[in-house]
Amino acid sequence: MEPLWVTFLKALVLCLVLLGAFAYMTLIERRILGRMQHRYGPNRTGPLGLLQPIADALKSVFKEDITVTNADKVIYVVAPMISIIFALSAFGAIPGGPAGSLFGLDPWIIDLEIGVLYILAVTSVGVYGIFLGGWASNSKYALLGSMRSSAQIISYELGLGLSVLSVIMIAGTLNLREIVEVNVWSVSPWLWLPLLVAFGAFVVSAIAEVNRTPFDLPEAEQEIVAGYMTEYSSIKWALYQMAEYVNMMTVSAFISTLFLGGYRGPTFLEPWIPGISEWPIIWLVAKMAIFMFLFIWLRATLPRLRYDQLMRFGWLYLFEVALGATLLTGAVIAFVL
Amino acid sequence: MSMRASGYQAMTVAEEQSGDFETKLMRINVGPQHPSTHGVLRLVVDLDGEVIARISPVIGYLHTGFEKTFEHRTYQQGVTYSNRMDYVHGFGHDLAYVLSVEKLMDACVPERAQRIRVILTELNRIASHLIFFGTGILDMGALTPFFYTMREREQLLDIFESVSGVRMNYGYFRVGGLACDVPEGFEHDVRAFLASFPKMMDQYAAMFAKNDIFVSRTKGVGVLSREQALEHGLTGPSLRASGVPLDFRKAEPYSGYEDYAFDVPTSTVGDASARFEMRMLEMEQSLRIVEQALDRLEPGPVQDPDRRISLPPRSELETSMEAVIFHFKLVTEGFHPPRGAAYVPTESARGELGYYVVSDGGSMPYRVKVRVPSLVNLQSLEAACVGGLFADMVVNIATMDPVMGDVDK
Repeated sequence: MEPLWVTFLKALVLCLVLLGAFAYMTLIERRILGRMQHRYGPNRTGPLGLLQPIADALKSVFKEDITVTNADKVIYVVAPMISIIFALSAFGAIPGGPAGSLFGLDPWIIDLEIGVLYILAVTSVGVYGIFLGGWASNSKYALLGSMRSSAQIISYELGLGLSVLSVIMIAGTLNLREIVEVNVWSVSPWLWLPLLVAFGAFVVSAIAEVNRTPFDLPEAEQEIVAGYMTEYSSIKWALYQMAEYVNMMTVSAFISTLFLGGYRGPTFLEPWIPGISEWPIIWLVAKMAIFMFLFIWLRATLPRLRYDQLMRFGWLYLFEVALGATLLTGAVIAFVL
Repeated sequence: MSMRASGYQAMTVAEEQSGDFETKLMRINVGPQHPSTHGVLRLVVDLDGEVIARISPVIGYLHTGFEKTFEHRTYQQGVTYSNRMDYVHGFGHDLAYVLSVEKLMDACVPERAQRIRVILTELNRIASHLIFFGTGILDMGALTPFFYTMREREQLLDIFESVSGVRMNYGYFRVGGLACDVPEGFEHDVRAFLASFPKMMDQYAAMFAKNDIFVSRTKGVGVLSREQALEHGLTGPSLRASGVPLDFRKAEPYSGYEDYAFDVPTSTVGDASARFEMRMLEMEQSLRIVEQALDRLEPGPVQDPDRRISLPPRSELETSMEAVIFHFKLVTEGFHPPRGAAYVPTESARGELGYYVVSDGGSMPYRVKVRVPSLVNLQSLEAACVGGLFADMVVNIATMDPVMGDVDK
């Protein structure tokens, strides 16, 4: 057990890293979108546009911070904070490497026995930030946005929760580090099919979780202007943006940890560089990058679903598929293994 | 239906009693500044949850008074204004205007000018439909197709620029012909476009017709029956999507459209998806027309030789007193059509477009009334939207393809 101040220090560093990563994710996203759309993206501010996030940050700080006249002042201010606080705190449970691998420290903030539940719970609370923000704005567009986000959460959370069940059943633990150590794919080839299905269902639900295209209904720009963020400006608006991107990173890390071996690197490289698969952080970041790219790629490709279609999709397909995967996993564990 | 009369003022908020809850419709104002109202269209929408109970367009935010302006400009100067109404299909407006004035003047437009007019109008129709596709799918949340369509449109705008000197508001057609002949290389540029565009259309098909989300967003959305469409005076591709094969290029050919072989695509479905499909098929037909017109394009004059309308050639001004007089009269006061009125319906990218030009024998029109398709088509918005979801409204606006300059004039 590490002293408390080390944990605090690590938490602080993690927050700073996540926020820095958020800033550069916006740049990376805009550059990739630009490439996919026959244009350059931001490339004027500094070499390759590398100073763009700093300029954006300064800009959003200096913008006028508007509070709508009839807004519920307290909730209006608190709502974006809820979003960002829970987005940041969710990441703490994700292990970044084997114990003691980061300069003798453990590369995680807290090693929770119920890590999976913790992340599911905390990311869900983030929706309150969206819902309350839209509610407190006293704007009809914002209200529509927050209504949509509540409708959305009950549609995909089922699929999200159920598809995790397969992994938990196989690994027999809720501890994320132990799930990584078990390596669910190595248990039995019979489990590959349900795991693949669960993986697919989880990725789709995760996109809905982070409000990205094609499930970005709460902020559907072309319909409800900016949804729950319509009335927000300046740093409060930036907090929502941060929360969205940090959520994307959390969810990417969560998928990697559950399904793709988390912080473990490929062992076939071991003969050349001994110990490479044990290196902390980098493998997790590499796996996260795959999903971050997927999110951006989807944004460039797909139109948005309508909200009744999302609900139908969540209840009729996602739920069933995830349930099927769970049942199949259970059957394999009960009868084959 | 008069939009103002049945508009927002006349409405009252309905209150319903359902079970133990008292529910109220929520009135929400969309526009005139909204990301997907295609300009300054304002809609007052009554929402029941996300279901649209009532919708009424409020227009006039882009009213420019073009019709009045026409009365204070000579007939030839009118082409400066016509294309500014529908800035997306400018050549279509130019053509409609000059056709009406030519009918008044009984002018004889040389064949070369006719062919060039058809080529440019059809290319402009494609450019307009490209905007329709790009913004239409943008309204559904897909960002990238917009850039694809803009890329092809750029090729067309380059052609228009080489011809008229500007990328929009062309003002290139003249009563009696064209401002000048097309530049060298025009034919080559158009042929290059004809060769490359079909491949791009395949890409669009992948982005639209083969995209499951796009299909589910448009299928069965905003259905307008044949009767509804006719009742609301819908014209253009949106009318043809509802099963009425009315196309003025076929019904009342002008500018030599009777010479070209092309089909009028129709569908009987009448939903947003059909309206998208019609425009896609129309672009193919436009390509056919352009190709045929280009094949038959022969050298020749591009202006009516009639001295009442056209300026005399520069060389004659030095030798002929008569030419100098005509030149002077045309430049200082313009020509005088006989008393009367003329209306030539044309098929713009959006529907029936015609200029009703009344002459009192003077050098300026007594009155110009423009039958703009966008305005009339917008009337069917209510029929298409009510009962649908808020998200469908955006799709319906997009598929009605209004250009606000065209609506408000």
